[in-house]
Amino acid sequence: MTDASGDQSKWSMVGQDPWTMPIDKIDLSHPGIWQANEFLPFMERLRLEDPVHYCAESAVGPYWSITKYKDIMQVDTSPEIFSSEPTIGIVDTYDEYTLPSFISMDPPKHDEQRRIAQPVVAPANLKRLEHLIRQRVCNILDELPLETEFDWVKEVSIELTTQMLATLFDFPFESRHKLTFWSDAATAIPGAGVVSSNEERWAAMEECLQVFTGLWNERVNAEPGNDLVSMLAHGKATQNMPPLEYLGNIILLIVGGNDTTRNSISGGVLALNETPREYDKLRADHSIIPNMVSEIIRWQTPLAYMRRTALVDTKLGGKQIKAGDKVVMWYASGNRDSEVIDRADEFLIDRDKARQHLSFGFGLHRCMGNRLAEMQLRILWEEIMQRFDSVEVVGQPKRVYSSFVKGYTHLPVKLHGLN
Amino acid sequence: MVKIKFIEHSGQEHDVETNPGASVMIAAVSNGLPGIDADCGGACSCATCHVYVDQEWLEKTGEINPTEEAMLSLSTDRKDNSRLSCQIQLTEDLDGLVVTMPEFQF
Repeated sequence: MTDASGDQSKWSMVGQDPWTMPIDKIDLSHPGIWQANEFLPFMERLRLEDPVHYCAESAVGPYWSITKYKDIMQVDTSPEIFSSEPTIGIVDTYDEYTLPSFISMDPPKHDEQRRIAQPVVAPANLKRLEHLIRQRVCNILDELPLETEFDWVKEVSIELTTQMLATLFDFPFESRHKLTFWSDAATAIPGAGVVSSNEERWAAMEECLQVFTGLWNERVNAEPGNDLVSMLAHGKATQNMPPLEYLGNIILLIVGGNDTTRNSISGGVLALNETPREYDKLRADHSIIPNMVSEIIRWQTPLAYMRRTALVDTKLGGKQIKAGDKVVMWYASGNRDSEVIDRADEFLIDRDKARQHLSFGFGLHRCMGNRLAEMQLRILWEEIMQRFDSVEVVGQPKRVYSSFVKGYTHLPVKLHGLN
Repeated sequence: MVKIKFIEHSGQEHDVETNPGASVMIAAVSNGLPGIDADCGGACSCATCHVYVDQEWLEKTGEINPTEEAMLSLSTDRKDNSRLSCQIQLTEDLDGLVVTMPEFQF
């Protein structure tokens, strides 16, 4: 698996001085500074000097960067001005690779489809899943070696979220690794280690559609079940959906629940290691775990941005945005905005108003899986604290080559048991 | 002062006295009551301050605004007497208000 080399590209900002470079040249979209973990000062400069910032030239064309919490909230809660169509990614999609799903729809179609899918991850259903999730967590943790270096991303973060997805979809457990592959393929930059081309990505999507069509056919004539496929097959608004739309919603739910949770699992371990006094707080009082989970999700911000497209000319932060302009809400920046979040640059597991972060977004598109994500992380940390005095990071993490997926490809750790 | 009775899903009651002007959500959260999450802090953008208003009080709480309606319409537990408590401003008229919290905020 090769990492795409960010600093070879003419668009990369790796090595630029965030405070002295010409501000109009700042381009947050290029993955280089994200993989190199150098993105924070660029975002900080924009928040301070140009919070609604126009980047005229980039590998993805011209776009606006919105970096302050309040402005992001404004955009996120104004779907009649800032549309989620045709895509919420920064790369403009081409028809043959476009997968329709409700994340990239506006009302009324968005609402119809979300209402159908939402029950699968509503707390009433999560309650039923909790014991199964805990079982899976315990099985994984109990297999891990003590005092031996291993990759937390591979053995825990990926494995646990994959098992969770298989459960939600009632997907054949022994083939669950395909869910991870399809999810990674859906969002990967070609050449960054998952797929080498858009054609390869499309082949993966076709395979995914084939397999899920098989599951649909099985379940449509059976009694309605609690899994997502069954819900889509039986729901009035979704039972006649075209194959591409079905695939799009499946991919949405796999992706939504995959690398986000994965990277929060890894990110929490890293954050606690980087701020040892917080790890001490956790050891002293496990009841802080639910609050800590929210803080981990803020700190990691597993999806760094969401993109919108202006439907009309509009003003924001004193700037004139034109109809058709690409507008990028940098959640990763808003989550560090000290104007709204107290001591935003500190990882504090007992902070007040811990849920008031942007990682799940706000408004109509607010992450549907947010309570599921929180539950997985809560159960994981409850069980970790029963078994290990420390999950110690023993080497440099490797980060994903992406300005969208903010996470880790490797995190070397050693486990130390309780005394 | 305005009195509000918050009833948890379990039936547990909490009586709160607060100044008019704040929202019902703020009254709950600032008194540390369980059952209202208010993730977005009152911006009508998360639907986790959901309450069921007692029928006799429903009309007095006023009209549901379009943003609130958009959020409520996506809620899995919406009923006829659902409101987002961050959108109910407390006035003397609402002295004695009774609301029930749903089992889950989502």
